[in-house]
Amino acid sequence: MNREYETVVGLEVHVELKTKTKIFCSCSTEFGAEPNTQVCPGCAGFPGTLPVLNRKAVEYAIKTGLALNCEIAEVSKFDRKNYFYPDLPKAYQISQYYMPICKNGHLDIEVEETKKRIGITRAHLEEDAGKLVHQGTITSTEYSLVDLNRGGMALLEIVSEPDMRSAQEARAYLENLRAILLFAGVSDCKMQEGSLRCDANVSVRPRGQTELGTRVEIKNLNSFRALEKSIEYEVRRQINAIEDGEELIQETRTWDEEKQVTRAMRTKEDAQDYRYFPDPDLAPVYISQEWIAQVSESMTELPNQARQRLVNDCGLPEYDASILTLTPATLKFFDEAITKYNQPKIVSNWIMGELNRLLNVNNMEIEDSRLVAGDLVELLKLIDAGTISGKIAKTVFEEMFSTGKKPEEIIKEKGLLQISDEDTLKGMIDEIVAANPKVVEDYKNGKEKAFGFFVGQLMKATRGQANPAIVNKLLQERLSRE
Amino acid sequence: MQLYDLTIHELTALIKERKVSAHELTRAYLQRIDEVEEQVGAFITRTDELALQQAGDFDNNPVDKPLAGIPYGLKDNICTSGIRTTGASKMLEDFVPVYNARVAACLEDQQGILLGKLNLDEFGMGCSTETSAFQTTSNPWDLQRVAGGSSGGSAAAVAAGEVAYSLGTDTGGSIRQPAAYCGLVGLKPTYGLVSRFGAIANSSSLDQVGVITRDVKDCALVLSAIAGYDSQDGTSAKINIPDYFADLSGDIKGLKIAYPREYFRNSTDTAVARQVKRALHAYEQMGAIVEEVSLPHSEYALPAYYIISRAEASTNMARFDGVQFGLRDVKADNIVDLYANSRAAGFGAEVKLRILLGSYVLSSDCYETYYLKAMKVRRLIHDDFTRIFENYDIIVTPTTPTTAFCRDEYRGNLLSLYRNDILTVPVNMAGLPGISVPCGFIDGLPAGMQLIGKPFQEKMLLNAALAFEQAHDYYKARPALGGDK
Ligand SMILES: [Zn+2]
Repeated sequence: MNREYETVVGLEVHVELKTKTKIFCSCSTEFGAEPNTQVCPGCAGFPGTLPVLNRKAVEYAIKTGLALNCEIAEVSKFDRKNYFYPDLPKAYQISQYYMPICKNGHLDIEVEETKKRIGITRAHLEEDAGKLVHQGTITSTEYSLVDLNRGGMALLEIVSEPDMRSAQEARAYLENLRAILLFAGVSDCKMQEGSLRCDANVSVRPRGQTELGTRVEIKNLNSFRALEKSIEYEVRRQINAIEDGEELIQETRTWDEEKQVTRAMRTKEDAQDYRYFPDPDLAPVYISQEWIAQVSESMTELPNQARQRLVNDCGLPEYDASILTLTPATLKFFDEAITKYNQPKIVSNWIMGELNRLLNVNNMEIEDSRLVAGDLVELLKLIDAGTISGKIAKTVFEEMFSTGKKPEEIIKEKGLLQISDEDTLKGMIDEIVAANPKVVEDYKNGKEKAFGFFVGQLMKATRGQANPAIVNKLLQERLSRE
Repeated sequence: MQLYDLTIHELTALIKERKVSAHELTRAYLQRIDEVEEQVGAFITRTDELALQQAGDFDNNPVDKPLAGIPYGLKDNICTSGIRTTGASKMLEDFVPVYNARVAACLEDQQGILLGKLNLDEFGMGCSTETSAFQTTSNPWDLQRVAGGSSGGSAAAVAAGEVAYSLGTDTGGSIRQPAAYCGLVGLKPTYGLVSRFGAIANSSSLDQVGVITRDVKDCALVLSAIAGYDSQDGTSAKINIPDYFADLSGDIKGLKIAYPREYFRNSTDTAVARQVKRALHAYEQMGAIVEEVSLPHSEYALPAYYIISRAEASTNMARFDGVQFGLRDVKADNIVDLYANSRAAGFGAEVKLRILLGSYVLSSDCYETYYLKAMKVRRLIHDDFTRIFENYDIIVTPTTPTTAFCRDEYRGNLLSLYRNDILTVPVNMAGLPGISVPCGFIDGLPAGMQLIGKPFQEKMLLNAALAFEQAHDYYKARPALGGDK
């Protein structure tokens, strides 16, 4: 990147709260139902119907606010955001514009061993819109179908300050935010399913300049990678434009995942006047100190607290701690494992290494895998007991991961037991030595490689199952007798 | 006296004594509708078959409920499950809700007999039913004149003996003004007392469902049936509901009545004001204390009301966009045309005007100068009332500046037409209960007196209204219609 420019990024994150029912009616929020089966006259905006606020959504907002160090407003209000779109049945979205529920929070990130505090401007409650299903693309479609299952689900929009200075910082912010939301138990945060959605406001400015450059909003960011790549692309595009003497315009752009570019969607001139005003159908939300205290008491460990614990109590490096606390499921796996096998670093290595590799390859979350912590512990104990070698253990682990079977079962099935029986090994060594008199000569003449040759032959004969320490000992004994 | 001339409490007595069956009563009403409806034009939809079925069900299995077996009508912006609900708009000409408004469910639960859905100004926007997409309702006292509005159908149907009582909605006077024009009792309850669920919204912070009846006792009976907390309405009040009918004594000794001078000055027709002054004198003679007061901000109530009501109405109307329900331009080949054409064809002129005005005052350039300022005025009006109610029990004003006006009288003179609401609007702005009771006749046309009460003090209001009613016999008068002598 060009040294003369500074990147400025702020993120707007929409999180679907995992309330059982929608924010203003009692429709179910289950994911993946048939289109328009989770709809009532209320969330379909039928005449005469009225919104009634789901208290659980407020509770989750308070929880999130506390986890993000926000002020929780004693009084907050709902406003109508007016615009026409077929997925918005009332032609207004109920949101919080003037008086949001959470304000002035912050979240700490760490990139390349530098810690940084990112400000959170506000977090407010709103209802989600429905979904349009086009036949083909939006421009070529003959007709579009409306699915209102998602319409009216509870969303929390979390808006950051423009405090991030690189794509990596933005990614770190989003990863940390996701971890906090998962730990607080307020959302599933599945980017693919849309329960965590992110828009990035990106601008550049000459280093040293205090006022912000012309801002571009990037939409359609469905993964951490997309967030990072799109910001990098957008920064390059903006710098090139400035260098070429072009004037940047304030606009909304969309990320094209296939071509890895951002494309113009609409400019500020097209921006609508949403005519926000307080929704007269909903009374103000009053949140007492008692309610806040209650919610606060119900909160369990947050990622930063867990990180501290892993460093202080388990003696893990900061890096390990930060990876293990990215999701509550990972941490739970780790905690379960170390209660039965008190070797935190070894457990951590297996989780960060083999387990994460397999999860990545299979594009899975730990909670979707069939592996349980107890089985990893069994495997580690088998290694310690010399029943299998560390190398074989990796093969066994992969099998455990894909089948959910117990390690002993796999070892038995595949005949992977380590051979430590000295008589068996002695017999095999005798055979190999007898069959290779030339190499024995080499060994006697002091060629180091010759020893390795015999070890290799033995491992081959035992398909890697021979206990290496015993093999070494027996070979040395045998060869010294030649 | 005919059956259709009787009050609810008189009819209930007859039914209980088995002197008349619900079926006979329903037949009598249906016949009356057949006779006079052509002149009155109160109904948008008749539900004769349903009514006879409900009557039969009741006769076979009578229940002891105050409104059981009594024929009634609903303003056609109150949703009824399985029965077309139009809001008097082309937009919803074929709209059949799958749910009952809370108040409709309450009356169904009482085993009342629904005779049909009554005319109104389109979506309740107007004060004469002249903006209805279907018809203008005539005033039974003078067919050349309007019945008032927006609940004009609800008032005319009761006055003409087509139903025993009706429900309406009141945003700025839409129950009290037509009740006054038609010589009836019309109550707009305290905001939050009656659920708005299922009443098609006009201006959500001002709308309230209420009652139109022939006398005050009937009003108390119906209010008892529909008042109360509803979890489906986030603005519904969680309070204990008294039996409004029980211990209505009409005794008002020591009642402190205030009459604001601004409301009498604003009465352009001094005749109505004079009639109300006479009523105040009557109150004094009954032992009430009557004093003049000032509500200094009332002159700003009307402009502030226009801003707030139009703002809310503009977004309440937004859902009628041709996508989900209601009228749709099927020829449009893109979404913007679909919106524009459907809305252009579906809404009448008054509704469009309000959408334009409302959208304007909510635009980011105007929000502070119009909307926020209007909200501040609203606060001041509220405070005016609160101050008066520190020392007084009720406030008395004329309901309307004049008696019923003629059809087309205000054509092309919208601002004068809007002034009709000037005495009723402040009550909605402050969320207070207001009742209009007949207080005499001027040139053969009924005049109405408005009683305004403290929040949720409907009982006191009804009692004060009853005291006046019993001291006079205006409520006994019936218009001459159809075959009447
Ligand atoms: Zn719903």
